[in-house]
Amino acid sequence: MTDSRPVLTMTGISKSFPGVRALHDVNFRLFPGEVHALMGENGAGKSTLIKVLTGVYDTDEGTITLDGEPVSFSGPMQATAAGVSTVFQEVNLCTNLSVAENIFIGREPRLLGAVRWGEVRRRARALLARLDLDLDVSAPLGSYSLAIQQMVAIARAIDIQARVLILDEPTSSLDAGEVAQLFRIMRQLRDEGIAILFVTHFLDQVYEIADRITVLRNGGLVGEYLTTELPQLSLVEKMIGKELDVLEGIEEHSRRDLAALEEGTPLVAVSNFGRAGAVEPFSLTIHAGEVVGLAGLLGSGRTEVARLLFGADRTDGGQVAVDGTASSLRTPAQAIDHGVGFCSENRRAEGIVADLSVRENMILAMQAARGWLRPVPRRRQDELVDKYIKALNIRPADPEVPVRNLSGGNQQKVLLARWLITEPRLLILDEPTRGIDIGAKTEIQKLVTQLSDGGMAVLFISAELEEVLRLSHKVAVMRDRQMVAQLANDDSLDADRIMQTIASGSHREEADR
Amino acid sequence: MNATMGRYRAVTGHRLFWPAAVLVVMLAANTIYRPGFLSIELKDGHLYGSPIDILRLSAPLILVALGMTLVISTGGIDLSVGSVCAISGAIACMYISKQPDQNSLAVVLAALAMAFGVALVLGAWNGVLVAVIGIQPIIATLILMVAGRGLAQLITQGQIITINSEPFRAIGLGHLLTLPLAIFIALAAALVVAAFTRRTALGMIVESVGGNAEASRLAGIRSGRVVFLAYVLSAACAAIAGFMMTANVSSADGNAVGLWVELDAILAVVIGGTSLAGGRFFLSGTIIGALIIQTLTTTVYAMDISPQTSLLFKAVVVIAVCLIQAPAFRARFTRRRRNVPTPNAIADKPKEQVPA
Repeated sequence: MTDSRPVLTMTGISKSFPGVRALHDVNFRLFPGEVHALMGENGAGKSTLIKVLTGVYDTDEGTITLDGEPVSFSGPMQATAAGVSTVFQEVNLCTNLSVAENIFIGREPRLLGAVRWGEVRRRARALLARLDLDLDVSAPLGSYSLAIQQMVAIARAIDIQARVLILDEPTSSLDAGEVAQLFRIMRQLRDEGIAILFVTHFLDQVYEIADRITVLRNGGLVGEYLTTELPQLSLVEKMIGKELDVLEGIEEHSRRDLAALEEGTPLVAVSNFGRAGAVEPFSLTIHAGEVVGLAGLLGSGRTEVARLLFGADRTDGGQVAVDGTASSLRTPAQAIDHGVGFCSENRRAEGIVADLSVRENMILAMQAARGWLRPVPRRRQDELVDKYIKALNIRPADPEVPVRNLSGGNQQKVLLARWLITEPRLLILDEPTRGIDIGAKTEIQKLVTQLSDGGMAVLFISAELEEVLRLSHKVAVMRDRQMVAQLANDDSLDADRIMQTIASGSHREEADR
Repeated sequence: MNATMGRYRAVTGHRLFWPAAVLVVMLAANTIYRPGFLSIELKDGHLYGSPIDILRLSAPLILVALGMTLVISTGGIDLSVGSVCAISGAIACMYISKQPDQNSLAVVLAALAMAFGVALVLGAWNGVLVAVIGIQPIIATLILMVAGRGLAQLITQGQIITINSEPFRAIGLGHLLTLPLAIFIALAAALVVAAFTRRTALGMIVESVGGNAEASRLAGIRSGRVVFLAYVLSAACAAIAGFMMTANVSSADGNAVGLWVELDAILAVVIGGTSLAGGRFFLSGTIIGALIIQTLTTTVYAMDISPQTSLLFKAVVVIAVCLIQAPAFRARFTRRRRNVPTPNAIADKPKEQVPA
């Protein structure tokens, strides 16, 4: 299966950005004729490693060799010329150009400066035939499905005598049939001796296609394994890592009686909510005072569930009842009217308005609900803002500084305050503790328990299972964009069982789908 | 010493400092060239002098730029304001010219109300294209910019409509308390817009939508309504400016009224410190920006700069103004002198860079 000499090695790679150590002493090797999966959660350093390899970033430390020769690429173009081709997640081809043009754009066969279009089409057809694709090479690329476009991108990549092919999340927008088609081509290329580096979030796919797995976590190398020797459960453990429990201050508030909480009418009950390409239809009930944890790997559809519940995306179908009455959650404004709040995981793009002050960011949701004609009186604003700056310990404690000048953890608290001010009945927190320091993390976790004791329902999304277990009364598990289980957080539930569920998708029968 | 430095920083760091400084330098340059430039004299109960002229002549631009400020703050742009000026002026003049008594105040008020109403409809048209249908603002308003000139021509039937109406003329050339009436109209409009945006939550919501549209949507802001309102307000301001422009010459020329005023207005907004990318807006900065542009125009005439070179002269000054305003440009010089990054340069750096 594999040659004894790697075609590509990366040794001792380190890379830092201001304030972030993205990669630390990472080793990676790639053999000819293998599919090598690079695994890790978002922020683990997968993309950074690929960008270092293809010359998008310089390395701070470490060496890269190709066929035993040290190399240092100045950019993807040079890497491609040396035989290291990359197909990125978003197909960056021109959908308005023809298939043949897309394959040869920038390196068309020429005669006296004029492009030889006949030759372009002939070679494009030959290349696609090699991939068993029968396409009209003169048709615009946009007339084909995303999967075909992805394969055209691969055709373009391998035409340049590629020895290393990097596929960065190629399957994230493909359906099952299209994935099978892609895998067929990957196997064929592998058998021709091309080394394929494959990045994906889908565990099943890794076990279907990869020969070898390298796991990264928090910018460090966890290890390199043969797929056959690494069970799914161990892979998930290695990706998530066991974090030291420094948060013992929080009592096991979650082990309260779920049955008592679930008496009476649910606050929000959705059934058959779903969105094509984002998350399969699911049903979920949330009661007042209940913390529902949403566990699963990144990309498993956790955020998509939250966005549907908040109306940030529209569901394709299904029903929702608030307090037992049929209603609809089709826009954020509508959800807010029903008392739902949503802290996005993407603070920068979907949370803060960087230009505005801390005060303005905090009262934004309240003001939006009142409409612009009824401004929140300045005195009331100051009261509320002061209260939450103190309660959440926001630094600097100055309501008039632009929120952009705050650290990530403090920005997160400002967003929390924005929703708490609206006195929501259901608060959706998507990764509220990611990327913030341990102190702020503890404060936010404590806050969640206090809020739920006060009767607020919380949907708590986190990649850290310990955190989910500590806070939740009920844990819904996501896997490959499906809600595969809803587990009561009783004494029998622990991180292992959740991980098993994530890895194997068992307990499927418990999900009311 | 430190206290002095601190105060110096506080003054130069104020967002209105650089626009105001540019204005002062321009006035000073004019005074050096023509020592009597700043003198004002009282004649027949009216004040006369270059500063008064600048204020009076900049009134229409201030009006247009006020509305433009809000539109730009939402992240949009309104290219149609010049055409709206022409249409509103044409409707008002056409109506007055058809009446037997052109000097009747009632006639003039009716004309203004009618033209103002049409302008609101035009603004609503822009607003619907941008906020409801979702056309890019530059294209959506380009439609009315081009078609509006034709509409103005249709209203005046291709003629230049001349009227002889004292109440209408007063909008442009009348006086109140020794000062030109136009100054008061522009001032009143500025106060109304300021109250409309800062006494309500409209200003903050506009800034929020322009600063981060998706975050605003997720905070529950129905941005469509706000954006729609900004375009209507912009057209309303342009209409009043159109009345002033036509009143100045007591005639409506569909081709000439408000020609290229949208470009001057955009420039005034940008000089005033509002970013073309949307977000925070500064009405006071916009007013200073409009005064700078009018001072520049007056300077070109006052210094007898030949018409052939005047546009080039204007362009050079505008580039200089924009460069002086840019923190990045100033920081380059500050750093070279003191070799320390300015607070601005630090603040501009991203707080956290998370490679994913």
